[in-house]
Amino acid sequence: MIRPFASPTFPGRIVPLLALMAALSCSSSFAQAPHPHAHTPKTETPHSPQPTTLSDTRIHWPGWQQVTDVLFLREYHTRMVILGTMILGTAAGTVGTFMLLRKRSLIGDVVSHASFPGIAAAFLLTEALLPGRGRSLPLLLTGALLAGLAGALATAGISRLTRIKHDAAMAIVLSVTFGIGISLFTLIQKIPAGNVAGLQQFIYGQTATLSLSDIRVISIGAATVLLASCLFFKEFTLLCFDEDFTTSQGWPTYQIDIALMVLVVTISIIGLQSVGLLLIVAMLIIPPASARFWSDRLAPMTLTAACLGGGAAYLGAAASSLFARFSAGAVIVLVSFLLFLLSMLLGRQRGIVQRLIAQRTTRQRVGRHDLLRAIYELLEPTMTETWSQANEPLLEQTVSLKDLLRSRSWSASRLQRLLTHARRQRLLIHESSDYRLTTTGAAQARTVVRNHRLWETYLILHADIAPSHVDRDADDIEHVLAPDLIEELVSAVSHRYPDQAMPPSPHPLPPAHS
Amino acid sequence: MSTPEQPSQPLPAPALPEHPSTSPLAIHDMTVAYHRRPVLWDIDYDAPNGQLVAIIGPNGSGKTTMIKAVLDLVPRASGHVQFFGQPYKQVRHRVGYVPQRGSVDWDFPVNALDVVCMGLYRKIGWCLPVTRRYRRTAMECLDRVGMADYSHRQINQLSGGQQQRVFLARALAQDADLYLMDEPFAGVDAATERAIVSLLHDLRADGKSALVVHHDLQTVTEYFDHVLLLNMRLVATGPTREVFTTENLRATYGGKLALLDQVGHRMTLGGNTS
Repeated sequence: MIRPFASPTFPGRIVPLLALMAALSCSSSFAQAPHPHAHTPKTETPHSPQPTTLSDTRIHWPGWQQVTDVLFLREYHTRMVILGTMILGTAAGTVGTFMLLRKRSLIGDVVSHASFPGIAAAFLLTEALLPGRGRSLPLLLTGALLAGLAGALATAGISRLTRIKHDAAMAIVLSVTFGIGISLFTLIQKIPAGNVAGLQQFIYGQTATLSLSDIRVISIGAATVLLASCLFFKEFTLLCFDEDFTTSQGWPTYQIDIALMVLVVTISIIGLQSVGLLLIVAMLIIPPASARFWSDRLAPMTLTAACLGGGAAYLGAAASSLFARFSAGAVIVLVSFLLFLLSMLLGRQRGIVQRLIAQRTTRQRVGRHDLLRAIYELLEPTMTETWSQANEPLLEQTVSLKDLLRSRSWSASRLQRLLTHARRQRLLIHESSDYRLTTTGAAQARTVVRNHRLWETYLILHADIAPSHVDRDADDIEHVLAPDLIEELVSAVSHRYPDQAMPPSPHPLPPAHS
Repeated sequence: MSTPEQPSQPLPAPALPEHPSTSPLAIHDMTVAYHRRPVLWDIDYDAPNGQLVAIIGPNGSGKTTMIKAVLDLVPRASGHVQFFGQPYKQVRHRVGYVPQRGSVDWDFPVNALDVVCMGLYRKIGWCLPVTRRYRRTAMECLDRVGMADYSHRQINQLSGGQQQRVFLARALAQDADLYLMDEPFAGVDAATERAIVSLLHDLRADGKSALVVHHDLQTVTEYFDHVLLLNMRLVATGPTREVFTTENLRATYGGKLALLDQVGHRMTLGGNTS
């Protein structure tokens, strides 16, 4: 079917798709009552009443007082939740910097997915041994930690022992462990004690439900990671930059690598409850990726990543406290992405806006040079003394638009833009239909033409470029080379043309006047 | 394994009588294999003290592998290696390594001075910060390769030759007695080539030794005292004047092509590194 929009069955096709998506989202969140629409609140108990009206999805806007209370951390519990998440975000940004530079961005994802079956297994094991204690957080997190570490090591092992590449090994471990986790969760749902409420928050994360003891675990863990990253900053840098050199210097490369991995695993595990295993990788990678746009040195970049991570975590946790249905993880990802977009656009080191400005400046300079040279070369045959140093002959004559248009492969609109630009720079004046150079314009035109011809001569003499091709080659290179370099090259041939004299063009110029 | 008190011992160590303990690098019966495919067979070599040695061989002849294997960066299938009469682990600080330029990501957020400081990290020690004193040492090393003016450039903004010089400065910072350099002359500008050559001569004048993987056959006699011709096995070693001959080169490069053909061929390939 080529005409989907004309087809009457189109809406009919969308609906099953939506239903499928809704079913998938329900099955992955292990909500037992199926909801017909995709906006299923993740925090509802599994025994939520029959799905009701659309009013169910309404967002309850908090009052101003409530917003300021949260943002200024007035209330004790909220304050602890937000501060704990912020430390987590800061630590994640810091460790993530090293993962990004080590090109292991996805390892956080592997670890968090691998921890999933660990949580389920820990729950099952505890329920079997100590019925009713299955939801004890330390035990669940221990299971997650062990499984996460095992996932990371399995990835390293697969790529080390076989010829399978690292990315493929990550994909295998990630999907297999998550699959095992899903199977175990299904199993948990089948057993009588298996109320999975509270376990599903590990998938999406929910800062609002964190208890104070959870916050303590998160804060201590994140602070330890932060401290370790600062302590081993030098060693991690070396490992990320040049692994072979690190080994040759006698550093225990493997152990340092494992230490870095342990930090990542720790962040992933303590982030499970607040951000959720699906999105923790965003906390690790997006802030450093944004920070790269702001700095070309590692220490400031790490600091920026830490601040961006902390800031995103603050907003995410705040939003999660204000809107009961918002998962903190989702908000943190969205805020991080917003910061990433801003960095990409405005970043000082390699932001898009900055690059566009630089490109525009270059293009304008190139265009100006081309225009001035074209005018000079049109006027040149009419000058009695080609070798003259004076600008006067240039000022006496005018050039017509028609001649200019013919002298180079410019479109009329491009030429018009160049002329307007040059006039604004006071290089030209407009006289009826013709153009006349100003004194500044004439001086600049002389310099541009002289440099171009000396550069051409240099290319012919030293780079063995045929005179018939030299114009284009010189053109391509002279605009990208730094001015001081051109100056140096020009000085290598300028002894042939002393006293600022204008050398003749080393190749025939296009016929000037019709 | 001989013990470290060798210099005072009048008798040679019984285990390795044929290896003089003064040799900066003694390789004995070394074989290296990648995934069961041998790439270096039975290398036996004593590097001369205080000399510049060129390691020469065609692409895939195992030049880089040889350097990596003696530095324990790739596992050896057999054989053993001694530096200054001792196992590598005990004399790491006396051995400087300059990897191939392409082996790292030059987009890494560090500047030239930071990279040179990395050569001092071992001296600085675990967890301690890079202080001004070390930065000054690193700056001196950059100055020795003529890169002092570029110390605060991000390494991505340096030309290939300048990057190579930063790598050399990092090895210099270590203040080693033996330098192992992997293709330092590959794809560098004339200024860098001159800087590297004069640096090598300075090192030799200070009594240090260097093993340099080299690909430009035309400059071998000019730059190096000794050569090591390699093609999966050792073809010939010795002083350049005696060993760098057409017959030996033909044996190294397969013998099918005349030397000049081979040189011309390699030049058209544009210095393709192994």
